[in-house]
Amino acid sequence: MIKIENLVKEFTIKNEHKKQVKTLAVDNLSLSVQDGEIFGLLGPNGAGKTTTIRMLTMEMEATAGNIEYQGCSIKEHPIDIKKMIGVVPQNINFDNDLTVGENMELHAKLHHMSAADRKRKIAEMLDFVELSQTINLMPRALSGGMKRRLLIARALIHEPKILFMDEPTVALDPQVRRRIWDLIRNLSAQGTTVVLTTHYIEEAEALCNRVAIINKGRLVAIDTPENFCNRMGRFAVEWDGTEGRQYQFFDSRKEAAAFAGELEHGVRIRKTNLEDAFIELTGRREGV
Amino acid sequence: MLYDIGTVFWRDWVVLKRRLPKFILSRMVAPMLYLVAFGWGLGRNIQVGSGSYIDFLVPGIMALNSMNISYNSLTPLCTERVYHRSIGEYIIAPVSPSSFIIGKILAAVLRGLISSAIILALALAFGANIHINLGFLMVLVLNCVVFAEVGFLAALSMDSFEELSQVNTYILLPMSFLCGTFFTTATLPDIIRIFIDILPLTHTSYLLRGIAMENPVAWGSVAVLVIYAIIGFILDHRAYNNQLK
Repeated sequence: MIKIENLVKEFTIKNEHKKQVKTLAVDNLSLSVQDGEIFGLLGPNGAGKTTTIRMLTMEMEATAGNIEYQGCSIKEHPIDIKKMIGVVPQNINFDNDLTVGENMELHAKLHHMSAADRKRKIAEMLDFVELSQTINLMPRALSGGMKRRLLIARALIHEPKILFMDEPTVALDPQVRRRIWDLIRNLSAQGTTVVLTTHYIEEAEALCNRVAIINKGRLVAIDTPENFCNRMGRFAVEWDGTEGRQYQFFDSRKEAAAFAGELEHGVRIRKTNLEDAFIELTGRREGV
Repeated sequence: MLYDIGTVFWRDWVVLKRRLPKFILSRMVAPMLYLVAFGWGLGRNIQVGSGSYIDFLVPGIMALNSMNISYNSLTPLCTERVYHRSIGEYIIAPVSPSSFIIGKILAAVLRGLISSAIILALALAFGANIHINLGFLMVLVLNCVVFAEVGFLAALSMDSFEELSQVNTYILLPMSFLCGTFFTTATLPDIIRIFIDILPLTHTSYLLRGIAMENPVAWGSVAVLVIYAIIGFILDHRAYNNQLK
């Protein structure tokens, strides 16, 4: 289990008058992730998702608060914890002076894998993401989608118990995205805990057992995608109002239909989705 | 820890091995010019003490060249940090900061030593007469360590090549000429000489020259270089930890 308690991250930045000001990226965040679940961090741009992931993966120090993995604090056992986590970063961060195979080899060596295991796992993972033929190429020769798949393959070489994925399918075409979804489900089925951030709400809805919605560094709500929708009301009525598209939520289709009957323009009745919950909880203007 | 140092070193060795012929050729240009211009050209008729100017010059060139090579070996870390962000791969790996720093420094030392070997071969071809022993090698290593640490610090503290080149322009270039490499600092005005005598390259130049001329080792200078190396390592550690802020 991953347990986050009162996590705070404060940055010092220069404002327009070139004066140093402090800004809170993560504000007293507390939550826990169960073993084997796919856990989603959702939030508008600048909500603090990536900063949270970077603190969880020890790429960044927290200003305050504590993170524990299986009861061990990252402050006391950083190396042991790093051995059991894998990270798919948001930015493509291959070593451009090394080939694809050498990048994989470096990762495996950094995780203390034996020569035989390295050879086997590199071949296995490249085959898994269908990039075996690229082993001697430089990363810059790969397409964006290939690089994303390679990032995932690299993160999995050392068979991490917990995998962090920061926007794993950003800028990918739907086919590749669906394949990565299948891969994430397979990992979860094999017992790997997956923590992911995403901009794609349908991705969180399709994949995550639980979702935490964060906004301005604070935890707004945490629940299963289904419960988020049920809390809103299972049916949504949307229509063209005076202030643009308007929404109202109802527990039953009958209530929704009754309300819709009183409206005139562009009325639609549909099931409530996670995006509705997300927008209600984070505000309509966020991320614009 | 040794395994992790080896892994970090391995990465740089793979890159160096791929570019070794280019590396060797490019490292021959500057020392060749120094030897031709200052050794054969200007220095042909100059006697320093009882020896020729080229014998005086070669240890200085080796000192300044190993400084430049070891410093510049680690400046690409700036690109890896700022643009490619590939340094993140080390930060999230179960590798201690010390292992990363030492691995990188050792890789820079290797480059510095290869470069020094090239100069030595060229100098001998130019007719230089210098005495090389283990002490000479150790001083070269120490010099490479000190300036590799400076390179590491600059790469992790500065955000662009423009800023890094300012270190070259305002610190390394003046040191290349003033720290007892081409001429003895004894002829400089006291106030300048005192300042220059504090700088690490001055101690390296005099140590290498002393050993090359079979004089007793100046242990005070060795101590100065060791102190610089320790301070450099502490600052590198701090710069690495600042990446996590």
